[in-house]
Amino acid sequence: MKVNSPLEVYKFLPQTNCGDCGEATCMAFASHMIDRSLKLEDCPPLLEDKFKKKYLKLAELLAPEIREVIIGTGEHTVSVGGDDILYRHQLTFFNQPALAVDVWDTMSEDELVERIKFINEYKKFYVGRFLKLDMVAIRSTSGDPDKFKQAVTSVAENTELPLILCSLDPKVLKAGLEVVADRKPLLYAATKDNWQDVADMVMEYDVPLVLFSPDDLDTLKSLAATFLEMGRDDLILDPGTNPQGKSLRESFENFLMIRRAGIKEGQHEIAFPLLAVPMTAYLANDDPVSASYWETVLASVFSVRYGDIMIVHSIEPYALLPELHIRDTIYTDPRTPVKVDPKVYEVGSPGKDSPVFVTTNFALTYYTVESDLASSGIDCYLLATDTDGLGVEAAVAGGQMTGQKVSDEFKRLGFDFSEMTAHNTVILPGLAARLQGDMEDASGLKVKIGPPDSGRIPGWMEKNWPPE
Amino acid sequence: MAKKIKLSELGSLFNDMDVESLEGVTIEGDIELEMDTGGGLDPQLAYMLGHETAQIARHLINISRLLGYPVDQLFGSMAQAAIPGVIRPGQLLPSKFEVNKVEEWKNPIQEVTLGATSSDGGTRTSTITLGGENALPYYFDSPMPHRNHITMDVFDMPIGMAKAVRVNYEDVIDSPAEWAKKAVNDYGADMVTIHLISTDPGIKDTSPREAAETVADVLQAVDVPIVIGGSGNPEKDPEVLEKAAEVAEGERVLLASASLNLDYERIAKAANDYGHVVLSWTQLEINAQKELNRKLMKQCNVKREDIVMDPTTAALGYGLDYAYTNMERIRLAGLIGDEELSFPMSSGTTNAWGAREAWMVGSPLKEDSDWGPREYRGPIWEIVTGLTLSLAGNDLFMMMHPGSVAVLKEITQSLHGSLERDAVDISDWVTAEV
Repeated sequence: MKVNSPLEVYKFLPQTNCGDCGEATCMAFASHMIDRSLKLEDCPPLLEDKFKKKYLKLAELLAPEIREVIIGTGEHTVSVGGDDILYRHQLTFFNQPALAVDVWDTMSEDELVERIKFINEYKKFYVGRFLKLDMVAIRSTSGDPDKFKQAVTSVAENTELPLILCSLDPKVLKAGLEVVADRKPLLYAATKDNWQDVADMVMEYDVPLVLFSPDDLDTLKSLAATFLEMGRDDLILDPGTNPQGKSLRESFENFLMIRRAGIKEGQHEIAFPLLAVPMTAYLANDDPVSASYWETVLASVFSVRYGDIMIVHSIEPYALLPELHIRDTIYTDPRTPVKVDPKVYEVGSPGKDSPVFVTTNFALTYYTVESDLASSGIDCYLLATDTDGLGVEAAVAGGQMTGQKVSDEFKRLGFDFSEMTAHNTVILPGLAARLQGDMEDASGLKVKIGPPDSGRIPGWMEKNWPPE
Repeated sequence: MAKKIKLSELGSLFNDMDVESLEGVTIEGDIELEMDTGGGLDPQLAYMLGHETAQIARHLINISRLLGYPVDQLFGSMAQAAIPGVIRPGQLLPSKFEVNKVEEWKNPIQEVTLGATSSDGGTRTSTITLGGENALPYYFDSPMPHRNHITMDVFDMPIGMAKAVRVNYEDVIDSPAEWAKKAVNDYGADMVTIHLISTDPGIKDTSPREAAETVADVLQAVDVPIVIGGSGNPEKDPEVLEKAAEVAEGERVLLASASLNLDYERIAKAANDYGHVVLSWTQLEINAQKELNRKLMKQCNVKREDIVMDPTTAALGYGLDYAYTNMERIRLAGLIGDEELSFPMSSGTTNAWGAREAWMVGSPLKEDSDWGPREYRGPIWEIVTGLTLSLAGNDLFMMMHPGSVAVLKEITQSLHGSLERDAVDISDWVTAEV
């Protein structure tokens, strides 16, 4: 964005402190514009006709340096780009890199449908939600427009996910586009050789487009400038993903250079989201495990440094899990609190014979334990004791979790064991085993030690619950 | 037959209509176009002319629209398809891509050498130098003078390990010296770390003297530089590391670690007295890291070239976001001149094996999709954890799985630019049959 202080935003606001946005003052609203935690459209008066000029001016000033591009329609869209920073701690990155898994038009119909089903359904629970795959990239390996058309039709029938149509042959692209243009797929790609035909196509169908110029940033910028001239600004850039050796380093540098040019130097012609193709790992590795590993490595590198869409091939869980996690890691908002409220949570519908577990109020720890218990159908109480957001091991080492503190926490929260339970027993995490004696002395309760990982609670329960 | 359009005439047109100015419309200079449609026109030139006239048409349409004329009705439904086709330029607009280097990265990261050869009073046959960077890792602003290095973990007693890790060490698990040899000779470790975990009073309470013997055995077994780690017990570690430092005198080992929750002065003194390097360890807190480094330098007289930092590594999915950002902030602060943070960094990448995704047979949650075989999941978890931190500026990696070590070396050295590999033609990746 072109402004960096709330005062610069405030100038253009109605300045009535009406409170319609939910903030007490226009200045407070302005500061939410700077940290991007509210949208301009959250100020109702600004949308009135009399403020139109100011609204438009603000919209321009607040637009992110890297354009945001939307692929898909309705509920089934993926937004990419929209960043304002180069380093995570400066604010937060917006729009996680979209993971697009490939299919190809020489697959059999059965294989295709099975693969799409897998892509649709793959999920991994993490901190209260599921990590999932975002897009399907359809590659024309046949070079035959009819075959491509058929594959695109079949994919479209089997998934709601946004699509990428991949071919460098405009005739093939057009055959696919005719089928799914109304879903606003991403077109891959315009190059220095085919750009005129592709340009006609994106203008006719109004769809977002990838510009592909491997290892040549001058041409990439030329392409971008040319499409901008035609009024296209829903562009995504692919400077090429070389899979190995020195040329991989060059690809990495290209990503860095383009993003720096866009964010730090305001070079608007190149300030677009970037697309990486980790699946080029398969061009350099014959062994499928090596290729899958290397693809994961490349996807990780470009998740950290500025890739906004990744096209991947491997659907091995050992590739997908780290890929899903690393982009979540980098795009998690560092400003959001990482603690849950310290309290005694109920999992399922606990009664007097239900166990009482203890964990910490570090959000990740809490959600992991809570989901393990809930998923196994264990009715219980779960204390998230206040460790100031530390995990169990660190809190025990650092003294934020002691027998006395856990005991006091139950009292503070009004959880009376003699009233709530028939067993007078508390279960400490395995990583807090050394607090057992301390806890018994402080609380007067029977103290049992659970497993070091909450994923093993069901097995532990079989042997240890109910207490003798 | 020739036609002339003069935009300058537009002005008088507007005069008649009593319009003084048009906001948002600028027409720079006069544009004069002569068109001979009688034939013999170069198609390329014709195309360019078409482009120009279309641009003018677009201006005129905009003007008409501003004046309130229902232009869109005039064109009807054909307008949408027809106009865009017309304004496509005949050729790519020429452009040159350039970007500046970062000016504010003026302060180099301290160079620290680990290990000492006979000419420097040690018995190692090689040394390793960390640090010296003038930019974030692998950036084009300034070459990275030293590649990343890997030190593999060796324990002074059998410990619980993930199955995928354990199978590699079953034959050496009772002998730290053999374990160290295997790490160096078979798995390509640049260094080894001997963890004296048995010294913990809660484990075996091995005496500092006995622990020092283990260190001597490891130094004897391998000729690479080594790291000496305590058990993590804050009461016991100072005396254990003192004895270990003494037995390793002159070898420039990395002594792990000094931290704010133990008597760091004793660790620092042991390093100073016997010629070693101190690992300055804090827990994901940049200000604590500054404080400890400052104390090591000012209060304990540790020289700058004798400090490496460990700002703590959390596993992928288990706080790696904090570890990553903490390291990146530390490195950026060092590069722009914070002398209390401009040291090389080390990561306990082995922590990745604490993630259940790395070692569990499958997900404990029935809602999760299949996690696949764990023997492949574990190593990649360690790789991605290390790789992410390498991008934040980490120099030295403490690792466990041989496969992870090989892949992390491959990617960090590729990004470093020091690996020759065959070039692969990626221009037609779309059609690849894989």
